[in-house]
Order: sequence, then structure tokens, then C-alpha cells
Amino acid sequence: MDGLKLDMNWLDYSILAIYFVVVLGIGFAAKRSIKTSLDFFLSGRSLPAWVTGLAFIAANLGAIEILGMAANGAQFGIATAHFYWIGAVPAMVFLGIVMMPFYYGSKVRSVPDYLRMRFDNRSHLFNALTFAVASVLIAGVNLYALAIVIELLLGWPLWVAILVSAAIVLSYITLGGLSSAIYNEVLQFFLILAGLVPLVIVGLAANGGWDGVMDKVKGNENGGEGFLSAWGGTGVGDVTNPMGANWIAIVLGLGFVLSFGYWTTNFAEVQRALSAKNMSAARRTPIIAAYPKVFIPALTIIPGLIALIEFPKLGAKSGDFQYNNAIPLLMDKYLPNGVLGIAVTALLAAFMAGMAANVSSFNTVFTYDIWQDYIKKDRPDEYYLRVGRVVTVVGVFIGIGTAFIAAGYSNIMLYIQALFSIFNAPLFATFIIGMFWKRMTSAAGIAGLIAGTVGAAFIFVTSESGVDSFGFDEPLLFTFGSGLSASFWGAVVAFVADAVVSVVVTLMTVPKPEAELKGLVYGSEVDYGEVNAGDKVWWRSPILLGAGALTLSAAFYIPFL
Amino acid sequence: MSEQDDRSAAARLFDIRRIIGGLFVLYGVILFVAGLVDGADAKEQAADIDINVWTGLAMMAFGFFFLGWMWLRPLEAPEREDGTGDDDDAGDAGRTT
Repeated sequence: MDGLKLDMNWLDYSILAIYFVVVLGIGFAAKRSIKTSLDFFLSGRSLPAWVTGLAFIAANLGAIEILGMAANGAQFGIATAHFYWIGAVPAMVFLGIVMMPFYYGSKVRSVPDYLRMRFDNRSHLFNALTFAVASVLIAGVNLYALAIVIELLLGWPLWVAILVSAAIVLSYITLGGLSSAIYNEVLQFFLILAGLVPLVIVGLAANGGWDGVMDKVKGNENGGEGFLSAWGGTGVGDVTNPMGANWIAIVLGLGFVLSFGYWTTNFAEVQRALSAKNMSAARRTPIIAAYPKVFIPALTIIPGLIALIEFPKLGAKSGDFQYNNAIPLLMDKYLPNGVLGIAVTALLAAFMAGMAANVSSFNTVFTYDIWQDYIKKDRPDEYYLRVGRVVTVVGVFIGIGTAFIAAGYSNIMLYIQALFSIFNAPLFATFIIGMFWKRMTSAAGIAGLIAGTVGAAFIFVTSESGVDSFGFDEPLLFTFGSGLSASFWGAVVAFVADAVVSVVVTLMTVPKPEAELKGLVYGSEVDYGEVNAGDKVWWRSPILLGAGALTLSAAFYIPFL
Repeated sequence: MSEQDDRSAAARLFDIRRIIGGLFVLYGVILFVAGLVDGADAKEQAADIDINVWTGLAMMAFGFFFLGWMWLRPLEAPEREDGTGDDDDAGDAGRTT
């Protein structure tokens, strides 16, 4: 199965080697700035908005996202843009404008920490544990996916690929903490651009430009008109679009619950905003990130479409022509040595960004929310700094272990991804109600979370047993195949279960006194901190920036209605 | 975890723009030279575009932009003893977005 192995030469490998050296160098350099545990876990809350904004988007731009979205582009066409334009962007804007004042103003150190202050230890521990387990599992899944790609493209044995990548990420995070992770994410973001933009340019040039590609997609037997329309064929009861979802499922399931659930409560993302230097920067972080997010489909969906028209065999269940290999296939075809090295470096950079985000959020939650809050309280700060470093090492080793387990089951990655995307939905329900309804009680907090999580698990389990609209039996690595619409609905159901239980239990129990909710809920006094004159300019207004991002996103739909 | 400690990391953290700028200039030069010396095969593979040359130039330009930005708007000076270095208008020099 040597077909896809890339033709890398010494030039490409040198480019890669230079990158590894730089990444480690950043880790060493960042180490010098670390004196307190806050420095290690939250960069001392001192980073400028452009840095945290780019880190915010890079943390999500892992290789699973890139390869997976290209695969989706090849499989579903332009409708894939829903993940970005109605999914990610509104959620990111909402996080920045509406929720960040509560997150940042309350000085919580993590997402679970917010639950501890808003409710009580039960919700706190529940969320901390699920998040910690999820992070480590997903890190392992990322590692495994990375190793597969390295094995495919470079010919390295699986275990070598896993260990080398893990070693590098482990080193720079243990040394430099969150600052190192974030600085590397910013670098990784630009490298990803440098790797994918040439690929898109050459791919377009080879196929007659954008118009040429559109014509070819229309004429392609696996494509067709529907591939160029985002909303066509989404009428309720008249579903003919490639995704198999009607507009309600898309707007509510993907647009609202799934994406808001991820972007507003996933600590790997929120952590980047919490490390910002002040409230204005924190609020602008996800909004600044939304702008590149609007354009990223050009780097993932277009290659997907090009791969569709270039490789008639694309869409095989296994082997070289799986959907996931869309971008690697194009790299192999079009990139000469030189830019090829940059593109491979970019892919590896993307993997590292994703994994680093998992590891850095895991070590924060484990050290602060589990270890410090429940196991060894009241030690001096240096103790927790050391614990943080140890936890990072242990976490990565567990991730390596999970990666090797995942290697034994081809479907496990798919299941884990789906599992946690649905688990985010209940958390979002609890947050939304908790942040905006003062009356919501601590008992409702834990009850809602449990109800939603159980609901999500139930849906997931019944989908396994072959309920008709769920189709997870294909051994695809990253895409959901025909189960896409199902996962949208699954998230909605989990959200509703959590919400209903939260409201019912609230009405039966007693809330905390209002004084304890200061800065945590809508209607209480939020601490905005000192506002710099420099931040009052119109182009630093979160509301204006947010409106701009939303408008841009909506405008991009117009050519593809 | 006092306010002073909250601010202290900023002063000690280096400027990432230097690294991004430097790395992109380095990569840009490498690609540019590679593009000049690679054969006609490379251009043919890339839909008749000398992609190494162009990508190299673009990366160099980008790298210089970052270095230029850093040079024109350096990070603000380390904070004063009372830890308020970040909060006054004069400290705006390093804040660029």
C-alpha cells in the first residue's frame, strides 16, 4: 500500500527539522517567564488579543479538523461550510460578547471552576472529571490519527510516529506551560496557511480556476448541483442535500447546540481567552478568531472538491482513496519538494496545536480543579506548579496509551468524537440557563448535567444498535457518514433533557443567596477591570467586531444559496 | 496570586513576532532558492506555476512584515514597581489590535 507515500527529500525533511527545533526553542524561552502556577496554567493572564485570538482558532485547527473538513467537502460539498458559517462563527461571537464577561470577570481559572462558583462542588467535580477523561482520550485519538498520517505519508512505523510527536508536544508544554502552547499555536496557524494556500492555488489553476472547478463538480457523477449549494434541498420532509439534514437540524442541531456547546464550554478553547491581558482582550479573543474562521473553508472545502473531481476512486471504505486522504492525495499530486516540506510541516503543526490544546487544558483542570480543590489543598503555589508539570507528563503518557488502544479498533475514534460532541450539549444547556437565570439552583446544576449526559449516552447507545437514521458502522476515521444528521438531533435531545430537568429541579429547590452570584450571572455586577483608553476605540468594540464577523459569515452564503 | 504576579509574566515573556518573522523569512529564502534551482518537472507538477518561488517570496514578505511590525511597535517596557505598567495610556505602544 505504498501508493500515497510522499516523495520527501532532504529539503523537505530539513524544513521539518527546523520547525521542531523552533517549537522546542519556544518552549525553553517561555520557561523563563514562569514563576507562578498562574503563569504556567493561564500565562499569568497577560497576553494580547491578537495572540490569544489566533491561538483560539489554532487550537481548534487540528489536523483532524483540516483533513476531516476536506473529507466532508469531498463527501458533502459546499454544505460543509455550515460547520463554519452557521456553526462556529455565531458561537464564537456569542462567547465573546455575552459569556466572556462572566468567565473573565469572575476570575475563574477554568470552566469547571465557574460551575463551582455558580453552583457547588457536585457540578464542579462532575464536569472536571468528565472533561479530564475526555481530554486525555481525545489527545490519544489525535495522537493515533497523527501517527496514521505520518505512517501513510512518510513511511515511519506507527509507534515511532506516536512517540516522536508526543515527545515534542510534551517537552514544550512541560517547559513553558500555556504560554508555550499558545505561542506555538500562533506559529502553527500561520504555518497551516503557508502549507494549504499553495495547495489550493495550484489545485485551482490545474482545474480551470474557480469556475472550472464548479463546472467539473456539477458534472461529476459523485458530485452534482447539490454540491454547490449550502441550503438547497433542506426543506423539511424534502431532504435531498448531500448531508441528509433538513434546515431545522442544521440550524438548531449544528448551528446552535453542537457548535455553541463546543465553542462556549470547551475549556481547551475558553482557556485561550482566559489568558488574555484584560477584559477587552478576552472578549475580543473569540471574535478576532471568527474572522479567519470565515475564510478557512477555502482551505479545506476547496481541496475537498478538487480531490473529488481529480480522483474518481475517492470515497472508498479503506485504502488510499478514503475521503480522509483528500488533502494528502492532492499534496502528493501537486506539490514539488520545497512547498511539500512546508505542507507536511503544516499538517504536523496542526496536529501538535490540537494536541497541545488538549494537554494544556487537561493539566490545568486536573491540577486546579481536581488535585488542589479535592486532594491536596492549601499547599504553597510552587507545589501546584510542580504538580502541573508532573500531570502534563502523566497525561501525555495516558494519551499515548489511549492511542495504542485506539490503534486496535478502527471505529473507536469515530465513536469518541461523536460521544464528546454530544456530551458538550448538556454542558451548554446548564451554562446558558445558569448564566442568565439567577434563580437556577445548585441542585438543578448537577441534576441537569446528569440528565443531559445520560440522555446523550442513551441516544448514542441506541444508535449503535442500528436504529435507522444513525449509520456509524462504517470504519471511517473522521467523518460521520450518514450519521451526520443524527448527531445533530442527538445533541438537541441531550440539550433539551438537561434544560427541562434543570428548570424542574430549580422550581423545587432553593437557590444560593444573590450576593454569592456576583459577577457570575446576568443581572449581577460584573467586574470589567480597568478599561484602557486605548481599548475604547470603535475598532476594538466587541459588539462591532462581532457584528462584522456575523455579517461576513452570512454574506459568504450568498453565492452558495 | 496578587495583581502584581498577574502582570509579571508579560514583562518576562519574549516577543513571538520575532520568531514568526524570523522563521518565515528563513523558510521563504529556502523555498525561493529551491524554486530557482529546481527543474522544469517541479513547475509542471504544480500546474505550470513556479510554486516554490512564489511561496518563498510570499513567506519572506510575510516574515518581514512581522519583523517590521515588531520593530515599529515593540512590546511595552517592563512594568513599574507598583505593577501598573500595563494600565496607562503610555503603555499603548505595544498594543496593536
